[in-house]
Amino acid sequence: MSEFYLTALQLSLCLGPMALGIFISMKVFNIPDITTDGSYTLGAVVTAILLPLKWPVLLVLPLCMLAGALAGVCTGLIHTKLKIDALLAGILVMTGLYSINLILLGRSNVPLINTADLFSSFTLFSHLLTNQLVIALVLIVLLILLLNYILKTDFGIAMRATGNNPIMTKSLGINNDFIKIIGLAMANALTGLSGFLVSQYQSFTDTNMGIGIVITGLGSVLISDALRIWMKINSIGVQIILVLVGSLIFQLVLAITLALGIDPNFLKLVTALFVLLIVALPRVSQQLKRQ
Amino acid sequence: MISLKHIVKVFHPGEINEVIALADVSLDFNKGEFVVLVGANGSGKTTLLNIIEGAEFPTSGTVEINGTEVTALPEYKRSQWIARVFQNPHHGTAPELSILDNFRLAALRTQRKTLHIGTTVAFKKEVRQKIATLGMGLERKLSQPMGNLSGGQRQALTLLMSVMDKTDILLLDEPTAALDPKSALVVLKLAEQLNKELGITTILITHNLKDANLYGSRLIQFQEGKIIRDISGEEKTKLMLQDIYGWFG
Repeated sequence: MSEFYLTALQLSLCLGPMALGIFISMKVFNIPDITTDGSYTLGAVVTAILLPLKWPVLLVLPLCMLAGALAGVCTGLIHTKLKIDALLAGILVMTGLYSINLILLGRSNVPLINTADLFSSFTLFSHLLTNQLVIALVLIVLLILLLNYILKTDFGIAMRATGNNPIMTKSLGINNDFIKIIGLAMANALTGLSGFLVSQYQSFTDTNMGIGIVITGLGSVLISDALRIWMKINSIGVQIILVLVGSLIFQLVLAITLALGIDPNFLKLVTALFVLLIVALPRVSQQLKRQ
Repeated sequence: MISLKHIVKVFHPGEINEVIALADVSLDFNKGEFVVLVGANGSGKTTLLNIIEGAEFPTSGTVEINGTEVTALPEYKRSQWIARVFQNPHHGTAPELSILDNFRLAALRTQRKTLHIGTTVAFKKEVRQKIATLGMGLERKLSQPMGNLSGGQRQALTLLMSVMDKTDILLLDEPTAALDPKSALVVLKLAEQLNKELGITTILITHNLKDANLYGSRLIQFQEGKIIRDISGEEKTKLMLQDIYGWFG
């Protein structure tokens, strides 16, 4: 049973960077970016190409992030330079990436079973799952510290202000287009990192693994946002941590659903309904209060 | 300081709803002047301000600031000289960011925003002192989100923010239109004080003719995209409120 919760925790940590990416695009920049499905798979594809070639895992990691960042830059350029709606720009890049991922990988599925990876490169604990968990946890803590620092710097304040009031930022010498492109690059670099982690966690890369993954990130961010409002939190650092709490709650709900014996075919439907519930609940409760 | 030459601005040219917002306007603003622009809605005042700050580009004509031609320079680059207070108090500040973070960005208006934490203890102290001069008690609320404040408070802070960094030109587009009389007085008095103490060239648009009479060293009236009156110096000082009312009779 504890193994059951640990697995959910592990998956939530691996998907955590993607949730943070969605947090940056959706909450910091106010941009609905769904390049995610493509950049997530791209990170996993780069992993599945380079790890079997015995590239050092600590080099593959930044390369996966770079690949994701490039996808984000494409979406950003389409959105800002061609003035195309961000949602459509994301769909275009995501669709294009599906073919690119297939071409890069050469086939639709590559196993990574006997490949040295991040989780086998460092042995801190003999228990396999514990070892994986600690490695993922260390990585996530480093990520939280880095993001927290960036968002508190002058550049980070400019990022947050651009999403909050673009009229003001233009008058304060900020190139909104440039900073949005950087933001989408950061968001998708984080998503690429999740692709890197999950492909190693599940020991394979599949070109379909990204389909609908954006909803997982959205759900995590929506849960964290509900928690933020409920706890009246302004601190950006706490908000980042709440996103990871949101990711954990999301994975636990999915795990419990499966444990209840629900047909896995219904998993996406359950996911969609769960996200709907998170979005609808505060509104419904408000309407009830008014009556 | 600012030199506008033969500015023409046409919206929707060639279409049925074609509007000539500015019809060949040439105008020079001198350093340290406090200029008040009046005129009916649609007379071209705001378009002129937008063309100076780069939010809109003229159909023809040139804009110079400090002797440099800036006609095609985007808004975010002109911010090296220009600070602005908007008609809508919500436009000048970021509601979800703290007062301190808003001031930090304003303090970097003409500089690069780097990966360096600038909201230091010393910076907080500087902001606290500046805000205390408003006498609104906001200096104790630096970490509160800007969105918690009233329109008047936000407008006064926007004006203070505009002089956190080097400023040559201050553009005020009906800054008091959404404010109660008391907040409006605070904002205009502060603008006058900044103009006098720091010698910032100030341009104010207002529909309040009392304010137009009370403030500024020069008064310009717009009508249908043209300047029809330009009064300064002693003539402006002698001007009576009834005279200005008479222009709009």
